[in-house]
Amino acid sequence: MKLNRRAFIGTGVAAAAALQAPMVWSQGRPRVVVVGGGAGGATVARYLAKDSQGQIDVTLVEPTRHYYTCFFSNLYIGGFRDIASIGHSYGKLAAEYGINVVHDWAVGVDRDAKTVTLAGGAALPYDRLVLSPGIDFVDGSVPGWDVSAQHKMPHAYKAGSQSELLKAQIEAMPQGGRFAMIAPPNPYRCPPGPYERISMVAHLLTQVNPTAKILLVDPKEKFSKQGLFEEGWAKHYPGMIERIGPDFGGDKVEVRPDAMEVVIDGTVEKVDACNVIPGQKAGRICEMAGITDGNWAPVNGYNMQSRVDGNIYVLGDATAQGDMPKSGYSANSQAKVAAMAIRGELMGSSVFPAKYSNTCWSLIAPEDGVKVGAAYEPTDEKIASVSSFVSQTGEDAALRKQTYEESLGWYAGITTDMFG
Amino acid sequence: MIRRMLNVLLAGFLLGGAGAAQAELLGDAARGETLFRDCASCHQVGAGAKNRVGPHLNDIFGRRAASAGDDYRYSKGLVRMGADGLVWNFETLNAYIDNPKALVSDTRMAYRGMKDETDRADLLAYLRGFSASPANIPESQPTARASEVELSPETLAIVGDKAYGEYLSSECLTCHQRSGSNEGIPGIVSWPVEDFVIAMHAYKRQIRPHPVMQMMAGRLSDEEIAALAAYFADLE
Repeated sequence: MKLNRRAFIGTGVAAAAALQAPMVWSQGRPRVVVVGGGAGGATVARYLAKDSQGQIDVTLVEPTRHYYTCFFSNLYIGGFRDIASIGHSYGKLAAEYGINVVHDWAVGVDRDAKTVTLAGGAALPYDRLVLSPGIDFVDGSVPGWDVSAQHKMPHAYKAGSQSELLKAQIEAMPQGGRFAMIAPPNPYRCPPGPYERISMVAHLLTQVNPTAKILLVDPKEKFSKQGLFEEGWAKHYPGMIERIGPDFGGDKVEVRPDAMEVVIDGTVEKVDACNVIPGQKAGRICEMAGITDGNWAPVNGYNMQSRVDGNIYVLGDATAQGDMPKSGYSANSQAKVAAMAIRGELMGSSVFPAKYSNTCWSLIAPEDGVKVGAAYEPTDEKIASVSSFVSQTGEDAALRKQTYEESLGWYAGITTDMFG
Repeated sequence: MIRRMLNVLLAGFLLGGAGAAQAELLGDAARGETLFRDCASCHQVGAGAKNRVGPHLNDIFGRRAASAGDDYRYSKGLVRMGADGLVWNFETLNAYIDNPKALVSDTRMAYRGMKDETDRADLLAYLRGFSASPANIPESQPTARASEVELSPETLAIVGDKAYGEYLSSECLTCHQRSGSNEGIPGIVSWPVEDFVIAMHAYKRQIRPHPVMQMMAGRLSDEEIAALAAYFADLE
């Protein structure tokens, strides 16, 4: 009976550790609480549990039972993935890695008592805390828009129901109608994301509404992979996409969700569907923990430790770390450095020099994939780029197809690395 | 003369006697030798050929699938197909090279397929020169290419630190799966250490073209490459 229960509680790593070394299950096990179950949080939880062989008590706090990756959610909008294929459960992390997965919101951090308070009322004690909450939106970033209007003008910048809503609204546009996107100011999650989304919306519209138009309102002079996207748009979607940059008022925009109007530097434009991607800041738990400076949480580039509190590590989009873009790949890369550093602190295991990397793949049209990436190393001031590459304009179709297929391989790889 | 007749016989047999025009399908071995360069980064053929990233291809015609020797680790699916009786002949090789995954879904052969029928025929004509059976063709000279990069014996002799390799491997595992899957991204588990080291140095020196891999390998020291090679070589 006992063995049955034990086998039920955890197979694999955790059970093996329990059977070999039952002592470590006592109160003496160091505790790590991870807040946020995305590319940073799920990865750090999994590596801590896996590499400590159950000797660190890992709790993962994530409100959603089913996590939809923001990466590849644009491919869902374009019709290249179904929504289920970008959804992931935490079952393996709980069952195979012995991670205590708690589906709740973290609503407070007491840094003196070293506890995290949950919306459900519990307080989780920690020896080390990892905050990987992703982004929240800056209030008033786009005048006229707030979360109460996100059903009329979705952001779809946290994937899941918002992605489904945006796609449905685009599909419901009248023939020849107009889709608008309000792009965010720097810095924001996934630098090529808005422009990949424009590509995917354009692809969807060529299928269902070929005379429709796209209005891209952008507060930035330049954007990621600009030459590649503009080349692709001219090739695949000629005449469909109009971009209004800051020189024509793209930085002076307000929205009227009830009237479905976008006001650009005083000029009113009627639209049929509108994607508002507001300015962004660290997930609010960072602010509640008192570890932010401005909108983001500054970290030590050598190990992802908060510059405010040495017991707290911060990962991914929420951080101010230097040159790495806010991306799932970056968060996953940072998580491995943090897991190694935390294990070194708590268990005395080897700590090797931090290496970071990032690659962002974007899809412009069917089998027309591009990528940008860089390698990074820490300095005293920041995480600094040491080398980089980007796809070139004019590449042949075979290379673009290979790049797209590579992105599919990466998706399978990173989600396995996150969720087991 | 004998060879031409064999070609006719073999092609006629395989194609159900579709006619003399198709008898030429077992193609131009000289051209096949050029095409084999794509294969040679993983496969050796000719005198002294050994199992490397891929199994050696001597006597591939008539060989039962997954039987190139105990020192080669095949995918489960290929082992199963060998046990079920898959034998490599013109027809089965032609299908496999056209689309490896269509024939063996979990194959470790990270090759997308040779789509042109004439190319496949030429390549197979070349490979058939290294098979004693079914053709009585004299053994050819070794053609296995020299290594892509010249590495000093000292570099090749570095014994990698597996624990360090395990940490470094976490960076690889963002894309390359631990299971050895090679959908879109090639599998890198169970490679012979030397092949892994040579491949990484080829990326580091920008002889191999892939930009992500050039970047990743570019900042790895000789010891780090050896550590990764040692770690991945022993993964099942």
